[in-house]
Amino acid sequence: MNEDVPLAVSMEHIYKSFGRVRANVDVRLQLRQGEILALLGENGSGKTTLVNMLSGVYFPDHGEIYVQGRPVTIRSPRDAFDLRIGMIHQHFKLIPVLTAAENIALGLSGSVTLNRKSIHAEVARLAERYGFELDPARKIYDMSVSEKQTVEIIKVLYRGADILILDEPTAVLTPLETEKLFAVLRNMKADGKSIIIITHKLHEVLAISDRVEILRKGEFIATVETATTNQARLTEMMVGRPINLMIERPEASGGPERLELNALTCVDHEGVTTLDDVSFTVYAGEILGIAGIAGSGQRELCEAIVGLNPPTSGSISYSPPHPDLAKTPCEKERIDRLSPGAIARRGISMAFVPEDRLGMGLVASMDITDNVMLRGYRKGKGPFVDRVRPKALAERLIEELEIVTPSTSTSVGRLSGGNVQKVLLGREIAQEPGVLIVAYPVRGLDINSSYKIYDLLNEQKARGVAVVFIGEDLDVLMEISDRLLVLCGGRISGIVDPRAVTKEEVGLMMVHVAGAEGLDSETGSATGEAA
Amino acid sequence: MSVPARQKREPLVRMVKRDDISSRRAWSYRALAFVAALATGGLLILILGHNPLFVYRDMVVGSWGSPTVIKETIKLAIPLLICALGLALAFKMKFWNIGGEGQIIVGALAAGYFGFFMADFLSRPLLIAVMLLAAIVAGGIYGLIPAFFKAKWNTNETLFTLMLNYVALAVIKYLMNGPWKAPGSSFPKMPMLVPGGRLTQILGVHWGWILALVLVLVAWFYFNRTKQGYEISVVGASENTARYAGMNVGRVIMRTMFLSGALCGIVGFLQFSGADYTIAEGIAGGVGFTAITVAWLAKMNPFGMLAVSVFIAMLERGSNTIQTIYKIPASASSLLIGIILFFMLGCEFFITYRLVFRGSASPGRAGGGGGDGGASTSSDSASPGQTDRQKREESA
Repeated sequence: MNEDVPLAVSMEHIYKSFGRVRANVDVRLQLRQGEILALLGENGSGKTTLVNMLSGVYFPDHGEIYVQGRPVTIRSPRDAFDLRIGMIHQHFKLIPVLTAAENIALGLSGSVTLNRKSIHAEVARLAERYGFELDPARKIYDMSVSEKQTVEIIKVLYRGADILILDEPTAVLTPLETEKLFAVLRNMKADGKSIIIITHKLHEVLAISDRVEILRKGEFIATVETATTNQARLTEMMVGRPINLMIERPEASGGPERLELNALTCVDHEGVTTLDDVSFTVYAGEILGIAGIAGSGQRELCEAIVGLNPPTSGSISYSPPHPDLAKTPCEKERIDRLSPGAIARRGISMAFVPEDRLGMGLVASMDITDNVMLRGYRKGKGPFVDRVRPKALAERLIEELEIVTPSTSTSVGRLSGGNVQKVLLGREIAQEPGVLIVAYPVRGLDINSSYKIYDLLNEQKARGVAVVFIGEDLDVLMEISDRLLVLCGGRISGIVDPRAVTKEEVGLMMVHVAGAEGLDSETGSATGEAA
Repeated sequence: MSVPARQKREPLVRMVKRDDISSRRAWSYRALAFVAALATGGLLILILGHNPLFVYRDMVVGSWGSPTVIKETIKLAIPLLICALGLALAFKMKFWNIGGEGQIIVGALAAGYFGFFMADFLSRPLLIAVMLLAAIVAGGIYGLIPAFFKAKWNTNETLFTLMLNYVALAVIKYLMNGPWKAPGSSFPKMPMLVPGGRLTQILGVHWGWILALVLVLVAWFYFNRTKQGYEISVVGASENTARYAGMNVGRVIMRTMFLSGALCGIVGFLQFSGADYTIAEGIAGGVGFTAITVAWLAKMNPFGMLAVSVFIAMLERGSNTIQTIYKIPASASSLLIGIILFFMLGCEFFITYRLVFRGSASPGRAGGGGGDGGASTSSDSASPGQTDRQKREESA
C-alpha cells in the first residue's frame, strides 16, 4: 500500500556463512524511510548476522546493500556511521568507569580535549527531543540496565544516525521500561528516523512495528504489514508450522515441605547486601517461579542454596523425601554451611541449571560424555574414572531429549544453545534430584526447545521434585508457576498466585518492595552492578 | 548508476573462521610450518656463509652418528622430558608454573644433602632411594608453596614461581660458599658425589631414561583415565564449573602442583646423581624453561613430549657439533628452536582461520555457501575438502 515510500535501506541476495553454518541464504531486507521494521525469527535464524552486515561488523560473502537508493560497501562500523547507520547491540559496549557523556564522546574524532559542556548540552537536547531521562555526568557503573541502554541509544543518535538498529533491546527490560523505550522509539519515528528492531517477543512486534520481516533458518520467509497479522500467524511463519503457544500447568500435588529458607542474608565481598532477609518455602511437586529485574539477587539466591555462595546469616534447611514419596518427609537438615561437595556427600541431590551454562554448568571444551559425568565422576572405588556408564547415559539423553549432535564425543561448545541446555538439564534430572533449580532455562532457545524444557520441568514437578524456576519472561513465569515469588533489590516483595494477579501488578512489585518505597531504585542499581 | 559510493572496495584480505578441519589437513599444515621453519633457519645459516644442507646434516650426524653421541643426546632428553611432564600437569590446570628451574634445584639439593652427608651410613640401594624420595618431597613442597598462596589468596602464580627460581639459585650460592663447600678446595664449589650414590648405567645411560619412559605412560593414564586427571581438566577449563561440581578447587591446585614440583625434583636428583655428580649453579641449566616449550609444542600430550624432547635434545647436541666444525655459535640451537616454536604457533592461526582475498568470493559460485566455497585459502585451493564442499553446493 505504501510502495512509493522511499527505502532507507535495501539489502538484496545476502549470503553469509560461518564455516559450515549458513547464517544467511539469499536474504533480503527493505527498510522504508520513517518506519519501524521488526525483524522476527527464532534464535539462530540469522537476524543478528543480517543486521551486523549493515552495521559493518561482518562483511557479506555475497549480496548488495543500498542505502538511500545508492549501492554501498560497508567494511567497518565506521563506514556504517558515515552512512548514518547506528546499531545498539544486545551486549552493551560501554566503559563502566566513565560517565555517560564520556562514553558518548568516545571514539569520535575532534580535538584532543573533551568539551564536556557542549557534549552535555547536546545530550540534554537529544534527551529532551525524544523523551529520554539521562544525567550525562553519571558514571556507567552507577546505572541500571535500562539507563545503560539509554546511553547506547543516545551515543548512536549523537553521531547523527538516521537508521537505527536495536538488537533485542527489550530482553533486559521490565514491562514498564519496555513501554518507555517504545515511547522513545515512536518519537524517533515521528522525527523521521528509520528503525529496525530485533525481537522474538510477538506481542512486542505487534505493539511497536509497522511491518514485520520474518527469517527462518537463515532464509527470508516474508515481510508483512503488522496491522494485517496476528500472533498465531507470525509464529507459524517463524517456526514453519502451527504451534500451540499454551504452556501447561498441571495441578500441584500439594506435597510436603522440601526446602526452607529462613531470614537468608548475603553480603558480597564488596560489602553490598545482595540478599536481604529472604524467607520462603518450596514444596515437593510444585514449580515456584522467581521474577525480578536482572541482578535483583537471583544468582546469589541460587548459589546460596546449592552451597556455592555461603550466606552471611540465616538458614537453609532441606527435608529429604521419604523413600516412599507419599509419606511425610524425614528429619530436616541444615545445609547453609555446606559446600556443593559436602551437600552431595550427605546424599542430598540438589540439581542446579545455572544461568551461565558453559561457564559453570558445563565445560565447553569437553565432550558430552565427560560433561555428563561431572556430577557422578567420584562414584566407584579406585583412582580411575568410569566412562562406560556416563557414555551410556549420554547416549540415553541424546535419544530421549532429541539432542542433535554427531556423537557423544562432540565437544559441548560446538552444540547449539538448545542442545547445550538439553545436555545440562538432562544431566541434572538424571541424578533424580529432590530440588531442581533452573536459572533462565530457556534464554536463547528456540520455541521448540523452550517447550521441550517446559515439558521436562512439568515432568519433574509430577515426580514430586521441588522446582525453582528463575525466569525473565513474565508471560512464561506466570503461565508455568504454581506460585510466583517477586524479588526486588535482594528482597522479597511478595509471593503471589500467578492466576490471581496481572502482569502489570507483578511488574510493579519488581521495582517496589511493599512498604519500602523510595528504596527501590538505589538498591536495585547497586545490586545490578554487583551481578 | 554513477555514484561515488562504490569507491569503497571490498577489504583486501579477510579472516574467516574455519568450522572444521580434518586432522590430516591440520597435521599437514604443521608439517609445512616445520619445513618452513627449517628453511628460515637455513637462510640464517646461509647468511653466516655456510651451506645449510651440510650444516643440518652435520647436526643430525653429531647427535645420532655414533653410540657415544646418541648417549649424550639421550642424556639431554631425559631431564627435558620429565620436567615437561611435570609442567604439563600444572599447565593443564592453567596454572602457569614457570618455576621448573627452582624445583629442579631444590630437588637436587635435597638429594645432595643425603648424598654428601649420609653416604657413609646408608647402603647403596637405600641411599639412592632416600635421595630420590628427598628430591620428590623437596621439589613437591617447593611447588606447593605458590599453589598454597594461589589457593588461599589468589596470588599470581607466574610471578611467584619465577621468583622462587632465584631464591633456589641463591641457596645454591650460599651453600657452595659456606656449609657445603668442598673440603680443601680454595674454590667455591661442592664436593663430588661418592661413587656409591651414582646411578647405575643401563645400555650406557643412567637408568633415568627408563624412569622417563615409565613416567610418560603413567602421565598419559593420569591425564586421561583417572579421577584426579579429570579434576585437573575441569579446574583448568573453568574453576566455576569445578566448584559447581563439588570439587575442592584449592585442594586440586595444591595436589597437582605438589606432583608437578615433585617431577621437577626428580629431574634435579637425576642430574645430580646421574650426570653431574655435584651441584653447581648450572645444575638446572635452563631445563625448567626449555621444558615449557616442550610441553606446549606437544600440546600437553605425554607421547608428543617424548618426541619433542628428543628432538630438542638433538638440536642442542647438534649445535655443539656445528660449533666445532663451522664455528657457528652454539646458541644457534636456541635460535632454531625459537624459529620452530614461532612457526608452530603461527600455523595454529591458519588451522583456525582462513584468509579470503578480495575478488575471490565470486558471485557466480555463490549459489549455496556464498563466498565460502569460492574462496581460495592461503596455502592451497584444490584440497579434497574444498572439492567436497563444491560438490555439496552443486547438489544443493
